[in-house]
Formats: sequence, structure tokens, C-alpha cells
Amino acid sequence: MTIKPPVSADPSAMNKNRIIALVALLLIVCALPFMVSNYRTFQLTLVLVYAIALLGLNILTGYNGQISLGHGAFYAIGAYVAAILMDRFGVPYYLTVPVAGVVCLAAGFLFGLPALRLEGLYLALATFALGVSMPQVLKEKHLEHWTGGVQGIVIIKPDPPFGLPINQDQWLYYFTLAVLLVMFLLGWNLLRGRVGRSLVAIRDQPIAAEAMGVNSALYKSLAFGVSAMYTGVAGALGAIAVQFVAPDSFNIFLSITFLVGIVIGGLASIPGAIYGAIFIQFVPNIADQISKAAPWAIYGVFLIGFMYVMPTGVAGAVRIAWARIKRKTGGAGPT
Amino acid sequence: MSTRQLLVSATVIAGLALGASSALAQKKYDTGATDKEIKIGNIMPYSGPASAYGTIGKVQAAYFKKINEEGGINGRMINFVSVDDGYSPPKAVEMARRLVEQDQVLFVFQSLGTPSNSAIHKYMNAKKVPQLFVATGATKWNDPQHFPWTMGWQPNYQTEGTIYAKHILQTKPDAKIAVLYQNDDYGKDLLKGLEDELGAKAKTLIVAKVSYETSDPTVDSQIVQLQGSGANVFVNIATPKFSAMAIRKTYDIGWKPVHYVNNVGASIGSVLVPAGLEKSVGLITTAYLKDSQDSAWKDDQGMKDWFAFMAKYYPDGNVKDASNVYGYAVAQTLVQVLKQCGDNLTRENVMKQAASLKDFAPTLILPGIKINTSATDFAPIQAEQLARFDGKQWVRFGEVLGK
Repeated sequence: MTIKPPVSADPSAMNKNRIIALVALLLIVCALPFMVSNYRTFQLTLVLVYAIALLGLNILTGYNGQISLGHGAFYAIGAYVAAILMDRFGVPYYLTVPVAGVVCLAAGFLFGLPALRLEGLYLALATFALGVSMPQVLKEKHLEHWTGGVQGIVIIKPDPPFGLPINQDQWLYYFTLAVLLVMFLLGWNLLRGRVGRSLVAIRDQPIAAEAMGVNSALYKSLAFGVSAMYTGVAGALGAIAVQFVAPDSFNIFLSITFLVGIVIGGLASIPGAIYGAIFIQFVPNIADQISKAAPWAIYGVFLIGFMYVMPTGVAGAVRIAWARIKRKTGGAGPT
Repeated sequence: MSTRQLLVSATVIAGLALGASSALAQKKYDTGATDKEIKIGNIMPYSGPASAYGTIGKVQAAYFKKINEEGGINGRMINFVSVDDGYSPPKAVEMARRLVEQDQVLFVFQSLGTPSNSAIHKYMNAKKVPQLFVATGATKWNDPQHFPWTMGWQPNYQTEGTIYAKHILQTKPDAKIAVLYQNDDYGKDLLKGLEDELGAKAKTLIVAKVSYETSDPTVDSQIVQLQGSGANVFVNIATPKFSAMAIRKTYDIGWKPVHYVNNVGASIGSVLVPAGLEKSVGLITTAYLKDSQDSAWKDDQGMKDWFAFMAKYYPDGNVKDASNVYGYAVAQTLVQVLKQCGDNLTRENVMKQAASLKDFAPTLILPGIKINTSATDFAPIQAEQLARFDGKQWVRFGEVLGK
């Protein structure tokens, strides 16, 4: 697959428009918790959490071309790191998020080293093994003291700080949003420059990339580590939002859901992570409302429909739509 | 004022006070209840690894449809909002919040699965919304002191353990007991019931205790080890796959103990057939509901009604599936609770009435078993009957054991 850089006639005007659009979007996103119920706010928080996880997986699979069917495992590690730190050691919730990120960075990097030898489908199988074994590892007798075994760990919901006049759900939303903005800014910085080009080069032309002096082994392991870090951060935030972790929360289906999310959202696209997150959060609920007898069949219809209508994901469709509008109006619209 | 006048006025005042209080009692509602309807939430795994249990939600929806067609409960229709959590705890939290905050149900009924219910346990109790008759066998749902808004329904694993212990003490006071159990909360729960009931004798009677992990490929070595202990009673606390392996291995190595199989691993279709029906003769397990396939209930009114109900309201449902019997019986219990609530449909009163069931018997429960609850007893069914496998079906014997 190829990624076309966005074409623009007048970069400075484009940038200005883009900034205005982004600020407007941010304002709407910030106002949302005051416009919807607490339950919807909680759902939107989960969308933000999934978006961070999907961006992580997208760095690995979308940009670097390494397929992972086991990212649910890193999500689980992040969630458990946060839960154990809060439950056993009384660590404040905001400190558990960076710790979860660092632990998953290390775990991902280490898993990435042997995985270097595996390409394509073989790597997919190796990561699948990781994802499928994770719930059982979490139930392991020797870890039970920490993980609480099958019973899991219940976490206390954090209160808003400084006496802010908002409720717990709203605070968690803003906290997650702040983390998301930092993570997306970091990701954008990483992917638009030399590192991003190297990752894409390795994906598209591994031999040419090596010939040009890209250290393939290092970049691939790094991509794995960074990707796992993002997913781990998301896992920690997810655990805090849901207030509960248990091995059954992180079965293999979670990993597959993540993969579905990045493909639907758009491979190798940063906003694609958000579109994908909206899909994986809301479409199962819609499917359940349409039919109790066969929710998965409805889900499947949605999947096929999306893939047929938007073969490059939602992000790709949005890009094409904007390009058309711009051609028609002749002006530069916001992207 | 004459005495007569005094009496009359006193009577009038008393009458007025009574009338006023009953009028007040008539109009007591919490969110989710009105003059016309009672809104009930339900969380089921319609998708995901446990989707086979989804039929419980469907049979209950069908049962409430029947109740509504017959005029509802005290004139109110039941609005049954059933949602899917895919057996995923985070999704269960999301769905519980949807039901409580968005759909504004009066209470959540029969949410299914230990992990999902654990995930919402704290939330429901913090919100003071009843988490009524949860569909799981864990013992922890019977904890009114710490979780006054949560109640189970079916006999829990500890209860089942005590019943095996009672039977062993009655029939083989000098038993040498070997136990195989799954190493998790379910296995330990059942084992605890067994040991508690054996009491001080547990140490001497239980000669071997071996656990297995769900990741173990087989339990062959465990069975050989248990046989080596010289035990003459074997309590098999295992899930279907491991239960079947244990039954077959016990038979194959020529070990002939009195073999108790826990209810979880006693299904004819998924355990005894794979293990070998001829190898399963003589196994003992427990039952508390009528089996739709048991010829003993051919002329039973409750069973006839159920078959008629299934044909009319849930024709897609499998009449061989015990989950459909189960769901029907729990729904009947709920209807009884709501009838008892009368016109006082507050969350507090729903819990109070659920904890005031006296000798209630759903039509599909085994004769002799009654549902009794109290403010300190949140375990509705605490009795079961033993059944022995005759090579074709489970044949119940002896009297109902338990409370």
C-alpha cells in the first residue's frame, strides 16, 4: 500500500486553516462532558483510551508493517501495573500511567528483539500466542498475590483535584484527554520526521532501507517498544476508568478488536486511531440493539460494509472527501 | 365530650391516619417505576465466549412478555431492558452504567458471570441500585452486611460442598476422601463448603487433596496420585473437560471409589458422553431444578406449563437446554418479589422483599426445595437433592439436603 502526502497549493494558508479547525475541534471536545450524561462521558473516555491504544498499534502495524495480534497483552500489562500500584502500594493514579508506559516500553522492546526474526504472518502468530496466553498468565498461582487471581482487582475512582467543580467522570475524561493530547503530539513528532520515514521505508522496501543506512533491527524493536508503551498507557487509563481489572477483561478478542480498529480507522494515519476507537466502542452496542440473536453477524455486516465503502479506512475516506471538496471549491478547506 | 364521642373521634382519627399512610404507601416509587411500568435492566453475554448462556436473557424476556399479556404485576407492565456485555468485565461496567444512568432502570436483574458481576459489584452498591439474583454460583454474593444491594439465586458452590459432606457423613462415616479441585475461586469455594461441613473430622477424613490448573493438558497424574492415597470416596470438583477426563481415568485404572461429581461437571451431553456412559454409571451429583428430559416429570403441571410457554412465547428456544428451565425459574422468583412489593416500588423495598421470601417454590424447582431469604441470608436456594447416574439419566434419590 502507498501513502500519499497531502497535497496543498498554499502551505501557509493551509496551516492556518488547519490550526483554526484543530482549536475548534478541541473546544468542542472539551465542552462535550457538559453536554452529555455521565454515562456518555464515561463512554467517550473509553474512546480516548482506545484511541491511544490504536495509535500505538498503528505505529507498529500501520507505519512499520509488523502485524501484531497480541496487543491486548500490553494493554493488560499496563492495566495491571496501574491497578497493582494503586491497590497494593497506594501510588496516586496519575503516577501509575507513566510507570505503566515505561514497563510496557521495556516489555515491548524485549518481545520485539526475538520477534525480529519473524516476518509477516509468523510474527502475527507469535504475537497471537502472547495475546492468547496473557489471561492464563494473569491467573497464575505465583502471581495471585499481586494480581488477585481470577477475582481481579477493584480500583477506587479518583476525585477531581483542587476542588474543581466537576464530577469524577468529567475529571477522568479531561485527565485522559490531556494524556491523549501529549501522546498524539509525541506520536506526530515521531512519525512526521526521520524516524517515521525510516519506519515506512522498512515497511515498503526493507532492502532499500537497509542500503540507505537505516538500522532495520533497531527501528523494528523500537517500533515494538514504543507501540507497546502507547498501548500500556492506554491500559492504565482504561483500568482507572473502568475501576476493575480481571484476566477475563483481556482475552484474545481484545487484541483482535484493536487490529479491527486500526484497519477501520485507517492504517498509517494518526486521526485514523480516533475513528477506529469510535468504531470499536460504539458499533458492538449498535449491533446488540439491532439483534440479540446474532449481534456478531450484524457486527460482521458493519465490518464488511466499512471495508467495501472505505477501503483505506475512515481516515482515507475523509482525506479523499476533502480533496474533492477542495477541487470543487478551488479553495483550501481545513483538514 | 362523652366516652362515645371520644371513641368515635378517636376511631375517625385513627382511620384517617391509616388511610393517609396507606395512600402514601401506594405512591412510593424510585427511578424506573411508575403507575404503568417497572423498568428492569439485565446484562447477558449474547456475544463472546459464554454466548450459550444468552438464552437465559431471551427466555426471561419471553416470560415477562407472557406476564404482561396476562395483565402485568399489580397492573404494571414489565419493561425488560436486556443488553450484551460479551462476557467482558469492562463492557459489563459500561452496560451497568448505561442501565442505571441512561435507561434509568429500577434495578439490575440476573447479570451473568462471576467476572462481570465482580466488576459492577462496587458500583451497584455505591449507587444503591439492587443487583438482584445474579447468575453465578460464587458464595460472595451472600454478604448482606458489606453488599446489601447484591443477592444471588442458585445454590452457591459452598452449599453444594456441604451437601456432599452431609451425604458422606450419613453413609460412610469412616470414609477416606480424595479431592480433585480446580485451582481457582470456584474450586476453592466448593472445597471450603465440603471441609466446613466435615468440621473437625475434615483433617482425618480427607486423605488426599490435589488441584489442577485450567492450563493443564490432562488430570491423569492427579487421578493416579489420588488413587495411591487409598481413598474410597472421590469428590471431583472440575469443569466439564477435566471432569470427563477424571471420570474416564478413574474407571480405566480400575479405581472404584464412591464418586461425587460437582454440578458444573455433571452434564450428560458435555461430560458423561465424552467420558463414556458405561464408565459413568454410579456417579453421584446434585440437582435443584427439574430436568426437562427426565421422564419422571411427564405429567408434572409445572413442566407441562413450561413446555406450553416455550412453544408459545419462545419457539426458537431449545427445550433440552437446562438454561431455559433455569431462566424461567429465576424470572418466576422475581415476579413473586415484585408482587410482594405491592405499590411500594422503591429500590429499598425491592431488596427488602427479595430478602423476605418465605417458602416460595418456583414451579420448576424440585419438590421439597423452598426459597427462603432474610435480612441476614441472601442465599435464596440452599438445598439440593442427590442424583445417581444409571447409565442413561440422572436418577434422584434420598431426601432434599440442605436448608
